[in-house]
Amino acid sequence: MKTNHSYSRRFFIKSSSAFAALAFIPLSVKSFFNEVKEKYFVKKQKIPLSVSINKKEYQLDVDTRTTLLDLLRENIGLTGSKKGCDHGQCGACTVHIDGERNLSCLTLAVMLPGKEITTIEGLADGDKLHPMQEAFIENDGFQCGYCTPGQIMSAVACVKEGHTGSVEEIKEYMSGNLCRCAAYNGITKSIQQVAT
Amino acid sequence: MRPFEYQKPESKESAIEMAGNTTMYISGGTNQVDLMKKHIHEPDKLVDLTAALSQEISIAENEIRIGAMVNNTTLAENENIKAEFPMLSKAILKGASPQIRNMASTGGNLLQRTRCPYFYDITMPCNKRNPGSGCGALNGFNRMSAVIGYSNECIATHPSDMCIALVALDAKVEILNTAGETEMIEFKDFHRLPGEKPEIDNNLPEGAIITAIEIPKNSFNTNFEYLKIRDRESYAFALVSVAAALDMSGNTIKDIRLASGGVAHKPWRWYKAETFLKDKEATEDNFKQAAEIAVADIKTLEHNKFKAPMLKGAIQQALQNCLSNI
Repeated sequence: MKTNHSYSRRFFIKSSSAFAALAFIPLSVKSFFNEVKEKYFVKKQKIPLSVSINKKEYQLDVDTRTTLLDLLRENIGLTGSKKGCDHGQCGACTVHIDGERNLSCLTLAVMLPGKEITTIEGLADGDKLHPMQEAFIENDGFQCGYCTPGQIMSAVACVKEGHTGSVEEIKEYMSGNLCRCAAYNGITKSIQQVAT
Repeated sequence: MRPFEYQKPESKESAIEMAGNTTMYISGGTNQVDLMKKHIHEPDKLVDLTAALSQEISIAENEIRIGAMVNNTTLAENENIKAEFPMLSKAILKGASPQIRNMASTGGNLLQRTRCPYFYDITMPCNKRNPGSGCGALNGFNRMSAVIGYSNECIATHPSDMCIALVALDAKVEILNTAGETEMIEFKDFHRLPGEKPEIDNNLPEGAIITAIEIPKNSFNTNFEYLKIRDRESYAFALVSVAAALDMSGNTIKDIRLASGGVAHKPWRWYKAETFLKDKEATEDNFKQAAEIAVADIKTLEHNKFKAPMLKGAIQQALQNCLSNI
């Protein structure tokens, strides 16, 4: 009786010739696929972009699909802005565009020519921390620290916008920044401290 | 994201010339970029409208005109809007987060997709995302779903807060179609119910662009409320929301507007309840009856039965709150 492990001579010849035939297909298949690709799929497009990030001018070539967050982290090496959800729900990627807080994960880099971008790396003055950074340290405004760059960028904007009238107002205007460690009380205290 | 070609026209006229079957527009990008990342929207070409459309809020004798590119924060904090249409301002500030409001445009707010979690989950069937594939929510987890105006094809709700205020204020949508003609669409007719074609959210013609919103001046800036009930106090979609405004003469309701979010595929007006309250006294009992009239027309689903008492209470409370604004 045959076991599952033994192969007949016929099986061997049939399968090996099938594989041999396969070897000749790729060239024609490849060229066919290329034709289809050229005809039906849009090619990657790169566009020159000049933009100011943390007061430094950059001349870049960006793929149209690149988000500002990926541009910062992958192309320029500014990894302070964090990728939490990548869908605009957590606020970890918050940066300032022309002084206003924005979500860098939902911003296409090609839409930014001439804009001034500030990230967490651009907040301190040399070795001197921004008052909001100092306040976060003083008030335990974080635990694991992952959401912190986004929290601080948002907090700086919150003070600038003047939404610091009460704890409730601060919480309402900081609701776009989630903290899974729930350091919210420290964050609120930091903002109150800087605002007064 | 699928590769796409990017173009940035300087005028709305050149923008519509770039329109084509596989072209999509982008303004704030808060919904569009998200949908592109999920491969739900896959345009071959993206036309950036940020330089083509107006960022102005202009005051005329009988109406206020809001350029389509005015962002949500600017609109909500504009002094003229706060004075003439404070309900609109309140509704906008109840929506999204400060970051998203900074990015999102007025036109884009109308065009964010009517959606539910099944629309966003590409492993699930969804007639809106993939026509003919079925509705995953109908017999699924439909806690957030619609309670009125839905069909077996789609039970999603329109997520905007701004649009609820705009439908209550009888706004008009100014559009530019691909023939280069300007048209005005009544706000209540702009979004559509799902019916047999849930893949289409609104009545904006193919390739057309929203250029502005017009709101006629009214007397609803004293007694108004936008009440939003949600799972957490901030930055969440409405379970139900109510936009209510009264034009009072003594204790008599001369005119009234009542609309809701979180209940339908489009911003929903409660016309029957409005007719009931018109020329009546503003009393707790009348408000209660009006709420009962509205809720009589809804039909809840397996997991959103709670919306019936919640909506009834919210309508009553919103109407009551209109009076305490005096």
